[in-house]
Amino acid sequence: MGKLICNQENVNESNIEELLKVCPFGAIEYTDGKVQVNAGCKMCKICVKKGPAGVMEFVETETKKVDKSLWRGIAVYVDHVEGTIHPVTMELIGKARELASIVDFPVYCVFIGHNIKKKAEELLHYGVDEVFVYDNKELKDFRIETYTAAMEDFINKVRPSSILVGATTTGRSLAPRVATRFRTGLTADCTILEMKENTDLVQIRPAFGGNIMAQIICPNTRPQMATVRYKIMNAPERQRDPKGTITVCKLEPEKLKSQIEVLKVTKKKAEENISDAEVIVAVGRAIKSEKDMAMVQDLADLLHAQIAGTRPLVEAGLIPAKKQIGLSGRTVKPKLIIALGISGAVQFVAGMNHSDRIFAINKDENASIFHTAHYGIVGDIYEIVPRLVKELKCTGA
Amino acid sequence: MDILVCIKQVPDTSKVEVDPVTGVLKRDGVDSKMNPYDLYALETALKMKEHQGGLVKVISMGPPQAKEVIKEAYMMGADDGALITDRKFAGADVLATSYTISQGVRKMGDFDLILCGKQTTDGDTAQVGPEMGEYLGIPHITNVLKIVEIKEKSIIVEMDMPDTIEVAEIQFPCLITVEKDIFQPRLPSYKKKLEAKDKEIKILTINDFEDKDDMKYGLNGSPTQVERIFPPSINNDREIWTGTGDKLSLQMASKLKELKFI
Repeated sequence: MGKLICNQENVNESNIEELLKVCPFGAIEYTDGKVQVNAGCKMCKICVKKGPAGVMEFVETETKKVDKSLWRGIAVYVDHVEGTIHPVTMELIGKARELASIVDFPVYCVFIGHNIKKKAEELLHYGVDEVFVYDNKELKDFRIETYTAAMEDFINKVRPSSILVGATTTGRSLAPRVATRFRTGLTADCTILEMKENTDLVQIRPAFGGNIMAQIICPNTRPQMATVRYKIMNAPERQRDPKGTITVCKLEPEKLKSQIEVLKVTKKKAEENISDAEVIVAVGRAIKSEKDMAMVQDLADLLHAQIAGTRPLVEAGLIPAKKQIGLSGRTVKPKLIIALGISGAVQFVAGMNHSDRIFAINKDENASIFHTAHYGIVGDIYEIVPRLVKELKCTGA
Repeated sequence: MDILVCIKQVPDTSKVEVDPVTGVLKRDGVDSKMNPYDLYALETALKMKEHQGGLVKVISMGPPQAKEVIKEAYMMGADDGALITDRKFAGADVLATSYTISQGVRKMGDFDLILCGKQTTDGDTAQVGPEMGEYLGIPHITNVLKIVEIKEKSIIVEMDMPDTIEVAEIQFPCLITVEKDIFQPRLPSYKKKLEAKDKEIKILTINDFEDKDDMKYGLNGSPTQVERIFPPSINNDREIWTGTGDKLSLQMASKLKELKFI
């Protein structure tokens, strides 16, 4: 760790403007001839690297080091509802195996629920070395205190170096609680994970709500924790013969107490889920009104596509919140996605850039969506889409 | 009942870009606003107050100019508010931020309920709420869609789970994070604006906290470190088409056919 120090004597009229401007967060203040860093600082250290020479300096301070050799293995939290395992779990097992092979670690799963022992066997078809099962009637429903207690028990017992959690509503509730109990780091919605030789997990995610990727590490604490969305990583093939073992763990009755009582569980109505769509027509700010959605609907119908969109369109009420692609919406990985009038903020792109084929139509030739699209079409959606619909209709779609 | 709402000031634009040549972050304008998801949390608190009585307080953490969001909360009807701000908090990650806010919460009094928006639009992590719950030693429920019933010592809520909707009862004190659209946020009122003109905004610094150990805050208290920031990778397998609407629509139609989507 460390802190930013300003060498005040090197600040002068000619470089102060440059210094203030270099901070993307407006966190450098100049008052009464003195430079101060305010609480807006994200410690990106841009001011050290790109600011006027010799002004800002980063000073390392002594920190407690963790003995990394005591923490081994990569664990995956098994996301499930009443024993039905969420497919993000298999995707994370695939990633965990990749990461584990670099440092010769085992891959673990931790499975918390009721009447799940049979279901745990399924995980052994995906190359997990050991599944730790917490099976109690008190663990039937996800409740934060009991599930955190089980995770705590697992971590103390097994000491995994890294834990991957699916960024579902359950995972996003559980992971931060567990990370805090161990006073360790947690990186949300990682899109890339890599492993260093020294067992540090390299966690990469879009950051600061803008067009930036941040590479994050957690070098002085263990376990390292990351959440990953569904449809970001690839699930391994299911193997015919299971391998690995199942270990049943017990929790003291004290840890099964909760201030929460689940009164009723209703299955959501089966509704179109954009995460499962094979073809998507996505719309952005270029769509101005309900009326404009008609041509989008025509195109979607021809391609048997679902309609999805960006955050501004949700805010404008043109598409429902469940159809939002992006960091604050859903991640999608269809065979085809057509982005109509979408500029391509990372917020959005991070939710769709793993799609097989990406078409984008945008008037602005500099739109960043063109960095992502396989086929970037510089033009007006109001000219192209109706003509395209006509063309596709003619050829008997 | 007494309710505390956590709010944050976020940039009004998501236009943060990296200059491809210099690698320097560019940010156009400095317009800020209250995190839109927090408006739903605040509205939920105000609705509860209308029915149950009690006080609604707000707390925020950020640079001094984040006072603006507290003022905005006053204009919507919050009774009291504080801003946590200190240079020592610079560079805080989620864990350090959650610890800092929980320290601030303890200075604000005792609460039956702490409300947060489901996430912020700048960090997008949705982690600070649950982490605060752990630091404060109270249970939490995230993604609350609906308040079903408020009892004397508990609250019944509907929560959004991956494939189900669950109705759960949670004892006070507790923390919940609410989904967008739980209630329609009210607009700031002119009358409240006048009333709030000279209303005090408490400032909390590390010196106000029980725990003054500066190794627990800011960068020092942050287990995660940003190693580097960089522009997202550019897809190299791509082509750009230009021309008239007629030409482009034809070209696109034939490509879609060639790829067998039609």
